[in-house]
Amino acid sequence: MGAHHHEVVSVEEQFEFTADSKRNLLIGMGIGAALVLVGAYILSQGGGHDHDAHAAAGHAAEHAHEHGAHAYHWTKRIIANLWVNSVYFAGISIIGMFFLSYNNLAQAGWSAVFRRIPEAMPSFLPIPAIIILVLAVFFGDQLFHWMHEGIMDPQSPNYDAVIAGKQGFLNKPFFIIRLVLYFSLWYGLWRVLRSLSIQEDEIGGTDNYEKAIKYGTAFLVVFAVTSSTSAWDFVMSIDTHWFSTMFGWYTLASWHVAGLATMTLTIVTLKERGYLKAVNESHLHDLGKFCFAFTIFWTYVWFAQFLLIYYANLPEEAIYYRERFTGYGGIYKAPFFINILLNFVIPFLVLMTRDSKRTPLILKIACWSILAGHYFDFYTNIMPGTVGENGGFGAVEFGFILLFTCAFIWTISNQLTKANLIPRNHPMLEESLHHDIA
Amino acid sequence: MTDTNKKFLVGIYDDDDVILDAVSKVKNAGVKIYEVYSPFAIHGMDTAIGHPRTRIGIAAFCFGVTGFLCALTLTTWTMGIDWPMVIGGKDPISLPNYVPAMFELTVLFTAFGMTFTFFLSNGLGPTVKPLLFDPRCTDNKFVMAVDLSKNKMSEIEITSLIKASGAEEVSIKQI
Repeated sequence: MGAHHHEVVSVEEQFEFTADSKRNLLIGMGIGAALVLVGAYILSQGGGHDHDAHAAAGHAAEHAHEHGAHAYHWTKRIIANLWVNSVYFAGISIIGMFFLSYNNLAQAGWSAVFRRIPEAMPSFLPIPAIIILVLAVFFGDQLFHWMHEGIMDPQSPNYDAVIAGKQGFLNKPFFIIRLVLYFSLWYGLWRVLRSLSIQEDEIGGTDNYEKAIKYGTAFLVVFAVTSSTSAWDFVMSIDTHWFSTMFGWYTLASWHVAGLATMTLTIVTLKERGYLKAVNESHLHDLGKFCFAFTIFWTYVWFAQFLLIYYANLPEEAIYYRERFTGYGGIYKAPFFINILLNFVIPFLVLMTRDSKRTPLILKIACWSILAGHYFDFYTNIMPGTVGENGGFGAVEFGFILLFTCAFIWTISNQLTKANLIPRNHPMLEESLHHDIA
Repeated sequence: MTDTNKKFLVGIYDDDDVILDAVSKVKNAGVKIYEVYSPFAIHGMDTAIGHPRTRIGIAAFCFGVTGFLCALTLTTWTMGIDWPMVIGGKDPISLPNYVPAMFELTVLFTAFGMTFTFFLSNGLGPTVKPLLFDPRCTDNKFVMAVDLSKNKMSEIEITSLIKASGAEEVSIKQI
């Protein structure tokens, strides 16, 4: 059918967060909490990890022991799990804002009809933000090598010259200031964009859209810097000796594709439940392309980072992959390769054809694969440097994933009820309703 | 083009919306449309004419696989077998080293392969004289061509259908 044949669809849709959904999410959170408690009990009884792993542990583990690092306590695994999930979900949340901003800047029309979904995503940000801040302030030494007692003090037996050299950036006051800055800037700019958009529903016109372009562009400038620095702060500085100049956009690529998958999955699910009738196959096709393209982009960056280190083979760089392949009894080898399977092989093959990008079921399979895969991406980046040989994948991990996922869905659903599901007065809406890529 | 001595009815339109509607009207009346020519791409025209879907994606996949295998052969043969080289202490045949070449050749073969497939299937080339029903379709007019030999209806019937659908003029062209 030609573009001129599209039937006129109503743009008046009010999302209802049903009692059924709420009950299911509460059950999910209950199961998650129960799994965490059971897992924590098992861990506190000394289970859940293999002490023989010590023998096979790589250099880094020995290294940590040399420094007389903190004795391992089972709560560390709880903290590390909270950190993995918070970083992952904070990233997914802020990608909603990122998507809106670059669509605004490019004055893209096609996405207008489903804008309310990325628009709702950053509403989850305060939860991971608070968890991250509390953990950084009170349990930082459990997570970060550079926060260990006396590591910057030449008199201390724990002194580490390499880490002390990074004191200008990696010191606790500046670290906390940075974290507060990230979250307040990200969340604050999102609040501005969100209220402009909701107001636009009532007053119409193009003023709010013009303003949204300006604030969105300001966010992109902020995010250009903070996406990199937050990746160093949240993830890279855990392995303090190690660094990668690609780490910022590697993490951004990971967040971005996970955020796109979340958006696509939400849109497909809403459509299945009878909402977003104005979203047509062309929109789904383009969302599928987005997921497909950024799957490849992530893989490109992931591999580029690996290849340079593999080729150059410098001990201080290669240790990072050594730890993940053979270190700590080899427990991180499986997650490392599951990562590439779920994040590249499956979505790449599944989303390759045109028809698959237009098929809701296939989109859902690809999106779930990406979302599960990028959890493992952050898992393999964070766990070896924090819990090392005491890591694993058990009740605690499942429980926290379930808790965070249900809380995320709850917050987003709640946010979606606060405005019409389609921005009825968006200047680009007409173009979006007729979006047709044949 | 290989088609010679064929009779075409050529309708000239002034507006892209008009010709998009006209295509549906003429087609619904039972006329088989040969092709539509336009100075720019018209959204929905492909589906309106009813052309079968392009298979260039399948071609792209095949070219990509060819490029991938060529690169794999090239790197393995030159670096690993013909003149084995140890770089950075790695085995002469170590796949991670070869990934950039495999990636690049996959992209290169796909890009060139698709371009040449496109030229071939559209009859474009340095010495080929393109089929041009009316030069104005490269400027401000929209052209609908109907192959008379492929249609059962008479010339007069089709002419009146094209006229009725909003064409400014209809002419006969022998190719």
